[in-house]
Amino acid sequence: MSKVIIIDDEPLARSIVKEYLQQHPQLELVAECGDGFEGVKAIQQFHPDLIFLDIQMPKINGFEMLELIEQPPSVIFTTAFDEYAIRAFEAHAVDYLLKPFNQERFDRALAKWADNKTPASEAVTKELLATAAQSPAQNNRIVVKNGSKIKIIPAHDVFFLEAADDYVKIHTQEGYFLKNKTMSYFEQVLDAQQFVRSHRSFIVNVQQITRIDPYEKDNHVAILRTGAKVPVSRGGYAKLKLVLGL
Amino acid sequence: MTASPFSARRFLIIFSIAWLVLMMDHALLFYWFDFTLQVAVVDSVISNLLLLGICLLIMNTIRYYLPGREQFMNILMMCVALTLIWLFVVKWLLSISITGIDDYNSFLNKSLIIRFSIGILVVGIVTMMSINWFTWQEQKATEQRKTDAEKLAREAELFKLRQQLQPHFLFNSLNSINALIGSRPAEARKMVQQLSDFLRGTIRKEETQWVTLEEELQYLQLYLEIEKVRFGNRLSTEVNVDPATLNLRLPALLLQPIVENAIKFGLYDTVGETVIRLRTRVADQELLVEVSNPFDPETSSPQKGTGFGLKSVQRRLYLLFARADLLQTEATDHTFITRVKVPQPTATPDK
Repeated sequence: MSKVIIIDDEPLARSIVKEYLQQHPQLELVAECGDGFEGVKAIQQFHPDLIFLDIQMPKINGFEMLELIEQPPSVIFTTAFDEYAIRAFEAHAVDYLLKPFNQERFDRALAKWADNKTPASEAVTKELLATAAQSPAQNNRIVVKNGSKIKIIPAHDVFFLEAADDYVKIHTQEGYFLKNKTMSYFEQVLDAQQFVRSHRSFIVNVQQITRIDPYEKDNHVAILRTGAKVPVSRGGYAKLKLVLGL
Repeated sequence: MTASPFSARRFLIIFSIAWLVLMMDHALLFYWFDFTLQVAVVDSVISNLLLLGICLLIMNTIRYYLPGREQFMNILMMCVALTLIWLFVVKWLLSISITGIDDYNSFLNKSLIIRFSIGILVVGIVTMMSINWFTWQEQKATEQRKTDAEKLAREAELFKLRQQLQPHFLFNSLNSINALIGSRPAEARKMVQQLSDFLRGTIRKEETQWVTLEEELQYLQLYLEIEKVRFGNRLSTEVNVDPATLNLRLPALLLQPIVENAIKFGLYDTVGETVIRLRTRVADQELLVEVSNPFDPETSSPQKGTGFGLKSVQRRLYLLFARADLLQTEATDHTFITRVKVPQPTATPDK
């Protein structure tokens, strides 16, 4: 008996998956979720073997939800997204079902899953998440998990980012949040006109900078509105000058 | 082919009168110099008819070969050469047609320089006038082509803007219908009907067409019904229409993308129930439509709401009215408001 969860914000979209699942009595539907928050909770509670996941959902999308789960189960995407947008995930997800789909197509996706039911290796999971990070509409916010709570930080609320071992510290008004990502990931994802990698271990929100002072020989330091000081390397100074139009 | 200046009736009349005046003036002058009336008339008619021939030749040449800016020297040379040819032909014709008058031949020789001056003046004026006329004609044609091209490009752009909005909605609706077929076939049928009516409305209406608010609201209703089936209890709407606005006009399919944007913004930015409010009224003789949706100020910046949907509406309003202030958004506490103003067409509505 394998456990299955459906995560989709449209009730009818959930009901069609439920209907198709009736042909597969070996699968037990343990939860139905209408958004990503419920999804995270249900996955932590039930540890399903397979989830059917919609991409466009309230508050956090399917990709962002996956990022919040340390060991994601196997994923079959169900989406009306156009094929090109979803094709990138094909290699990492079990399959993707383009809405509307019929029972036959659904059964084929399940057969594909049953064929490689070895638990998703960490490498595959990581790749899925890396691909998810490149999905659109994520450059203006960062979704983090704060204890059991999920927090969405709009990009303009971020003061600066700081490397901390395997994590990145996201400094905001409310203190800092940790996210298991690399600096180069954020450098790539965030808007380059607003976020500049001023230093190997720092990315700064240029809208927060009040002045840039010289510091030691070749280096500078950026003073933020909050008074925080962010190191600026020689290369970082050149990049900042470019963005600030100096 | 560009029209000849003679196609303008007024020009033809003025041109003919000018030529008659020139001929009479010439004859009178000679009469006053004590030549007989006969000599005066023959001299005038021969000189001026030939000059008229030269001028018509020039006009026709310029009609087909409009000189460029850098060819003015050539034009001047042409005028001089034609005037000289005219002068020699006139001299020869006059010397054989008017005989037996003592003073005439010496007078003819002496008057050549004056005849040339007047000839080059007239030829020059006609040449300049022709160049101006045909350049103006060409400019008018270019302008017309430009306007046509812009209109075409505008229509194509409007068409494209509409097309980009459909697929996601369409596929999700089909998915809902697919789900209803198994459990509630009657509702599936109803939704197929609504979706068809909605799509037909999209296809049939032209982007530049104007409709009344009443028609647009009926169409919007179809869209809302479909969305309500898709999202179930999460979506509800409150429509508050001022009866005075029902007969006001607006470009077809203008409101649907605005409501679509509000629904998306509301539904995807909050997890609870979403109420979309639509209100219409008249303000400064313009139709004002207000659409509001809830949003969460903590997680989304207001400009995020002006996504693709609103940008295309803004562009469309700009293309139609050449005004950038017709679409405005406002984010208050937990409500995002989109306001669109539609100037009313005067007496004859734009097709």
